Amino acid sequence: MDFTRRDTLALGAGAVALTVLPFRVNAAGEDAIAEFTGGADVAEGGVNLDAPEIAENGNTVPISVSAEGASAIMVLAMGNPTPGVATFNFGELAGSQFASTRIRLAGTQDVVAIAKLADGSFAKATKNVKVTIGGCGG
Amino acid sequence: MKFKALTAIAALMVAAPALTFADPDDDTLVIEGQEMVTKTDLPAHMEDANMDMIMSGWHFRSDETQALQMDDFDNPGMIFVDQALDNWESVEGSAGKSCASCHEGPESLAGVRATYPKWNEDAGEVRTIAMQVNSCRTENMGAEPYKYDSTQMAAMEALITLQSRGMPVDVAIDGPAAETWEKGQEIYYTRYGQLELSCASCHEENYGNMIRADHLSQGQINGFPTYRLKNAKLNTVHGRFKGCVRDTRAETFSPGSPEFVALELYVASRGNGLSVEGPSVRN
Amino acid sequence: MADGVRPRVKAPRSAEAGEVVTIKTLISHKMESGQRKNKDGSVIPRSIINRFTCEFNGTSVLDVKMEPAISTNPYFEFEATIPEAGDMKFTWYDDDGSVYEDTKTIKVG
Repeated sequence: MDFTRRDTLALGAGAVALTVLPFRVNAAGEDAIAEFTGGADVAEGGVNLDAPEIAENGNTVPISVSAEGASAIMVLAMGNPTPGVATFNFGELAGSQFASTRIRLAGTQDVVAIAKLADGSFAKATKNVKVTIGGCGG
Repeated sequence: MKFKALTAIAALMVAAPALTFADPDDDTLVIEGQEMVTKTDLPAHMEDANMDMIMSGWHFRSDETQALQMDDFDNPGMIFVDQALDNWESVEGSAGKSCASCHEGPESLAGVRATYPKWNEDAGEVRTIAMQVNSCRTENMGAEPYKYDSTQMAAMEALITLQSRGMPVDVAIDGPAAETWEKGQEIYYTRYGQLELSCASCHEENYGNMIRADHLSQGQINGFPTYRLKNAKLNTVHGRFKGCVRDTRAETFSPGSPEFVALELYVASRGNGLSVEGPSVRN
Repeated sequence: MADGVRPRVKAPRSAEAGEVVTIKTLISHKMESGQRKNKDGSVIPRSIINRFTCEFNGTSVLDVKMEPAISTNPYFEFEATIPEAGDMKFTWYDDDGSVYEDTKTIKVG
């Protein structure tokens, strides 16, 4: 079949709807960041966030965070009904400012890690994780 | 906004090949230093099946999920093995016995998982491990049976299965077990439900293909009981069968029913030669 | 106390003084998020472990504030510096007030 200009536009619109839908904006996430940073500026970089590009199941998604010299790292799932995931506070005997855990993601979304660095400044990393829908639900 | 949307579409297009890649991978499963047989030749009875080799469901999972099974500490199914070990040693029932009273350590049951379901001469039937556990509980311990696909049963099966990890699955399909095996084979190839799907429709004819966003495996059960990320618990073979049959929109057989016992024997025999992997981790 | 809660901890039995060691912890807990509904449509109340701490001889290694987005059977992996021989104490705090503890003794030398 030949694609007419109209068909192509319709397909494009559908694709836009499909790609935009999973990204839910959550003001609570921004509020949590503001609370953690006290409204200070947040720089990109200086914190590492590892998460799979595609998670096989949103119920158990392995992630890890690290930021050299950080006193704390907060992790948020911006698209979850409640965006908070965990805040890692590193103590005097922390061998490194690294932690790994497994988290729940309600759908495809951005996972954000914000580190409070040794000098009191804040750094941020964002990773988009696609959550696939299972096969037949069995 | 327009720019963002276009970027998002471009990102999707880049991601698309990864999403449609459905073939099983060639990774090697090593658990705590022990290499598992996860791909091998078809058992003789499967000569007519439209397959080149049999392979563990582990190959169909993402690297992240695969990794969870390669380290016993990372495998959340092991928590339940610990719980079962507590139950193994606790006295229950009117006879004042625990599992340990007769069997000592669980390692005495090494090899059991590899050969079950198995014909029981005294009972005159093919028995699964769960049936045998409940027979022990009711007849030898004077205790209440576990519900067939309960958390406690799944945990006890995991503890028993772990003793045979790495051994090749080797269930007998001839002799007195033949009748049950044939019944299981018939169920495997029978289309059930409104969707008219047989086990073979997905797991023999379409393994490696996608069902929505998920890889279809061969439906091997050498990794059971299996910890699923989906429900974050150990799942029994019969619990999984039930889920599968339900999804064909059929009335399912019950866990522990003669139909599922027969199907378990047949499906287990389709994995003869693969390593016992349980408790495994799947999505 | 929630049913069947059982901690597992992986820590080395011994280390060199000042060595950085990897610690893994796992605890069985359903981590009910408070977002799910039961069959009659009512919300299942939140019931999670909300804090995890690791201390060595009384000094903090890690203190985690946990939210409902932590998966069932919470898992953590992190690193600790072992300055001297002693006890590593792990504590999980449940919403219902229960406290679950485990301790590992680490030798030096």
